[in-house]
Amino acid sequence: MTKLLNEKMQFWGYRRPDGRVGVRNHVLILPTITCATQTAQRVTELVSGTVSFIHQHGCAQVGTDYDQTARTYAGMGMNPNVYGVIVLGLGCETHQAHRIGDEIAKCGKPVQTVSIQEHGGTLQTIAEVAKIAVKMVQDASMVQRELCDFSELIVGTECGGSDACSGLSANPAVGKASDMIVQQGGTAILAETTELIGAEHLLANRAANDQVAKKAYAVIKMMENRSIQMGVDIRTGNPSPGNIEGGLSSLEEKSLGASTKSGTTRLEEVIDYAQVPTKKGLVWMDTPGHDIEQLTGMVAGGAQVVLFTSGRGTPTGSPIAPVIKISTNTPMFERMNENMDLDAGTIVNGIETVDDVGKRIMHEIMQVSNGKLTKAEILKQHDFGIWRIGPTF
Amino acid sequence: MSSYKTLYLSNKDSVAVALSDIPEHTEVVVQTDTEDITVTLLEQIRFGHKFAVKAIDQGADIIKYGEVIGAAVSFIPAGAHVHVHNLEGKRGRGDKIAE
Repeated sequence: MTKLLNEKMQFWGYRRPDGRVGVRNHVLILPTITCATQTAQRVTELVSGTVSFIHQHGCAQVGTDYDQTARTYAGMGMNPNVYGVIVLGLGCETHQAHRIGDEIAKCGKPVQTVSIQEHGGTLQTIAEVAKIAVKMVQDASMVQRELCDFSELIVGTECGGSDACSGLSANPAVGKASDMIVQQGGTAILAETTELIGAEHLLANRAANDQVAKKAYAVIKMMENRSIQMGVDIRTGNPSPGNIEGGLSSLEEKSLGASTKSGTTRLEEVIDYAQVPTKKGLVWMDTPGHDIEQLTGMVAGGAQVVLFTSGRGTPTGSPIAPVIKISTNTPMFERMNENMDLDAGTIVNGIETVDDVGKRIMHEIMQVSNGKLTKAEILKQHDFGIWRIGPTF
Repeated sequence: MSSYKTLYLSNKDSVAVALSDIPEHTEVVVQTDTEDITVTLLEQIRFGHKFAVKAIDQGADIIKYGEVIGAAVSFIPAGAHVHVHNLEGKRGRGDKIAE
């Protein structure tokens, strides 16, 4: 690989008890069940410095689907962008709040668990959680940022609302940034298995070893088999109507464009949804193409920053990780400017090269890691959704 | 000769991408690594959409990025819009297997 940056890149981050580094310092109110999400929201309205999210999970789930949801909750709490967590349960649900809380506490950060049924209802629970949150937010505010290397960053990458420019401008530029992150000793996550169908051979050829190559083919086959078992044409969901309007004709075409986000480095491992990477370098997380579900999986897997390319435009953000949104074309960047952070349409316009934009993305990662707010953070775009792999019972 | 920009990604490709809306009957020059191919567009091609740079037989693979992106549903003449009406994806087709 050619050397793209000469200097070692650093940023100011928050060191956590487990040694990992955050770029934000949130107190997370983590509802482990749908029934607790509204109560959690009320607390975020009362106590500044807290974040939460709405979801429909946490009860009547079994087997691997149960495990995946539990892993996602715990991963959100353990993400180093979170200073401390108040785990909020109802009391009777399958995903017991105290179990999730115990799991998060293993990483050494402050964790408290509260149950609505034990506290005699919504209002008393709000008061209890808010009191804990006030103390936790003040403690969080005492943590000073320290100088950290880019090698401590896990950067998620995704594309959503793709158009025919995605594979020509923003995705290759993110691929260039991915190469530079790996060169700095950091980790880049490639996700959305669905949108790699038709490009798996290109990634398998870059696998660190046979096992990784086999897993790359295996996760593609599992994803493709889901559509075959349902007897459906995957195109009824992907490419989406917006993709087709933008000029993408098939899933393979979309995949070839999507895979350019992975750059050119060796594929070190293929990991499960919401799993924390065990290796540095380029890592493929098995997620669906659904924007929010893949975003949630990567953030639960420890990504502190996410790069998100879009051709059609999207407001998406995460409650705990800054999402840097990169447009594939300039007209959309101008039309949806309050949602987009960087423009890679300059490549299509012939003003900048893929290398230029890749370097601009790296600079933005540094600034955002230092505290610059992304558009999605400013607009409180707190999206969260877990990839369900089983029915609810 | 028009000055509309198009993008041809790999020498194996059977399609090129329009980098702006291009009206029908326009003669565009597609630059490949080895030669310039002149193609007369048979219909309007919108920004980001594809057109055939050479004739593609029915059932033949359609190539972009040097890789297969689907097969031709019908004969596609050079200069024609290539999209969901005449290109069929080959992957994730549970509907085909279930038949």
